[in-house]
Amino acid sequence: MNMNRRNLLTLLGAAPLLGVTKASAQMRQSNPRFQEISSRERIRQRYFPNLVLTNQLGEKVRLYDDLIKDKIVIFNMMYAKCEGICVPVTRNLVKVQSLIGDRMGKDIFMYSFTLKPEEDTPEHLAHYAHMHKIGPGWSLLTGTSADMESIRRKLGFTDPDPEADKDKKNHIGVIKYGNEALERWGGCPGMSKPAWIVKTVSWVDWPKQNGGAK
Amino acid sequence: MAHISKRNRKRERDRQIAANNRRELISAGLKRRDLMKLGLLTGAGMLIPMKGLSARPLTSAGFDDDEPNSPPTTPFVDNMPRLPVLAPVSSLTPAPTAAPNTAAGEARTVSHQAFAQFPPLRFYELSQQAGLAAMAPAGELPLQPIWGFNGITPGPMIVEHYGALGSPQLGSVLVRQRNNLPVNNGGFGLPSVTTHLHNGHTPLESDGFPCFFMERGQFYDHHYPNVLAGINSTHPGTGDIKEAMSSLWYHDHRIDHTAENTYKGLAGTYVLFNEFDTGNENTGFRLPSFGDGQNPLTSFDIYMVFNDKVFDEVTGLLAFDLFNTDGILGDKFLVNGKIQPVLHVSPRRYRFRWLNTGPSRFYQMFVLDPTNNSSKSFWQISTDGNLMEKPVQVTSSRFAVAERVDVIVDFTGLAGKTFYLENRLEQDDGRGPTGDVLAAGQGKKILKIVVDGPVVPDNSINPALITQFYGFPNTTDAPRITRTFRFERGNGQWQVNGQLVGDCADPNDIRFAIKRNTVEKWIFQNNSGGWQHPIHMHFEEFQTLSINGVAPKNSGIIERGRKDVLRLEHNAEAVVYFRFRDFVGKFPLHCHNVVHEDHAMMVLGQINDVGDNKTQP
Repeated sequence: MNMNRRNLLTLLGAAPLLGVTKASAQMRQSNPRFQEISSRERIRQRYFPNLVLTNQLGEKVRLYDDLIKDKIVIFNMMYAKCEGICVPVTRNLVKVQSLIGDRMGKDIFMYSFTLKPEEDTPEHLAHYAHMHKIGPGWSLLTGTSADMESIRRKLGFTDPDPEADKDKKNHIGVIKYGNEALERWGGCPGMSKPAWIVKTVSWVDWPKQNGGAK
Repeated sequence: MAHISKRNRKRERDRQIAANNRRELISAGLKRRDLMKLGLLTGAGMLIPMKGLSARPLTSAGFDDDEPNSPPTTPFVDNMPRLPVLAPVSSLTPAPTAAPNTAAGEARTVSHQAFAQFPPLRFYELSQQAGLAAMAPAGELPLQPIWGFNGITPGPMIVEHYGALGSPQLGSVLVRQRNNLPVNNGGFGLPSVTTHLHNGHTPLESDGFPCFFMERGQFYDHHYPNVLAGINSTHPGTGDIKEAMSSLWYHDHRIDHTAENTYKGLAGTYVLFNEFDTGNENTGFRLPSFGDGQNPLTSFDIYMVFNDKVFDEVTGLLAFDLFNTDGILGDKFLVNGKIQPVLHVSPRRYRFRWLNTGPSRFYQMFVLDPTNNSSKSFWQISTDGNLMEKPVQVTSSRFAVAERVDVIVDFTGLAGKTFYLENRLEQDDGRGPTGDVLAAGQGKKILKIVVDGPVVPDNSINPALITQFYGFPNTTDAPRITRTFRFERGNGQWQVNGQLVGDCADPNDIRFAIKRNTVEKWIFQNNSGGWQHPIHMHFEEFQTLSINGVAPKNSGIIERGRKDVLRLEHNAEAVVYFRFRDFVGKFPLHCHNVVHEDHAMMVLGQINDVGDNKTQP
């Protein structure tokens, strides 16, 4: 799926969008308090700072520009020495990866963010990937402690109870996914059946697959 | 593996203080420039995480300390809208058929099981589409892009009636839903929808099952026979009048995306009258007249839809926290689509139907007299829209997401006075309220009510004189089976009985089967620690046998009342009693904190003619 600007514009229904733009423009004139920023840009500002991370190959990548922008993405949290939820979730995601097939790394990408950046060097992440037979199109990422913590919070991989939140052994096993260009986001349990994960992701994967489950 | 979270009240208080400090800064009118000069903003424009402004570091996106920061709006300027009543159409094209009309674009896959027995007599058509809504007084916020039934939110009110006892066929209607939603969602929302009439006794193929969704350009016919439970079983020919319902609502129920779709506006109301609850205060139970639902001189039965929302402080537009799985709390409080509006009433009795569409907040609503901060008592007449044994005089009513409460408030002799509907239930966390009820005047004023309308006749009856509505069905018939549902959270994933919800299109994930026309006893256990959950069961109303081992008090008609949402509080256990009658099909049992619902706090079941014996599905 080539979600370039031309495609996107032809897909959008013109009338409602125009109405919104006009109304916003009017409001902006009468109320200088508000800025007219696209919702997609606002999502980027709120959730996806362009932090520089390092993947399991030792390459430096920028969170928004390189990993998320214009892509369909699936996020999860893990750490290399995790013996808890990471293992079954990763195993699930490996099956998801094979079900997604050759769209992996083309327009659908998977990202695992480490919860222990102080421990997990790119080599450790590469070893984890190798151990689990993680294929291309799926990056494991580390960075500074502050940056990884910021990502963890922004993507909602937190427990509202601060004490529970500190317990990395019992970390959040939910996965989050989305279609960045279409501004469609969701989440589901990481322990769901792989076929279900693929199905839920397909619902944000418009227009290529608009599969309805009946 | 469940992790039991404990609430940290000191931390919650710190956060509350921080939030108050931030609100003071905002209401002092400090611009971003000022805040930056004072050294209070980071380069990214966020309030710095310093004590007194934030009790913990930046959490989810854009919101310091998880506290939303909507722009200020002026309360009690806009009038509270009366919800428009949807007119039926004389016919639908193509004409509805029992079998799904796939060729014409109908997304339904199961035939209408009761079409021949109860052919629809009245037809409605609704278009789910984008719209623009003015939620704040003119100029204070931009027009809001929403998705609504017929492009408005709340959607139009459907006003219907049961057939009279003995003529059950006369209640039957069909609602055609069309998906005309746009591809562009403006930041949240999935244009793939299924509509649930909460809590109709509806043949399950028309009930809005989460996986029975339709895509853009499709339609879905919902057959609502509007019959009383028992019609084809225990009370053939009439149904059981004790199962009559009054105040329902309809909303999107699309698997995994219900929260954002309903938050974006896809919810509306539905009212059912009959020969007792007539809508005419001169007849039947003589409850305040509904009239045409619009004219303030003749309509005194008013549906009020409450929800709380967040508006982006930069753009002024409705914002939805995309990665929140705990529960979203708004800081703007709407009634019928307007933030903190005003209602003018005449000095007489009114029936208010209260509905909380969430997404997550719990309310304890009082009628505040601000001159002396006293609470005006009122009459509660229903639980989840079901009339109780008789009216009960109360000073407040607690309700969670999806619960409905019908009340009668008497403004007789109070011309010139002003009241507020005030929510005093303290809550600063999407997981649930703290349990503290704030002092009068310290809560959140949601609606201003001014008694300055013209004097008009009041032929409604004083609720104190009503000795009986319908009575309750018995809870003594022996259940065929008792089932337990443990609601838990493991690694942030919601589970029921230790399992995830699965695939709503996979028959193997339908975890239990109820035998049609039998009784079941269910035990709900909240094993999730710091969360409270409004648990909702489709299709039938239940009665509560006990909560934490304590039976509803004799005078606690409210707790004994028929309901379809059970507020499961911290570590609570509730035992409820259900009859499942008349129709078959699949349904979900789920938490109605819509954020939890989307992260799969749900278990799927079905009603068939065999049933099973799974006591812990």
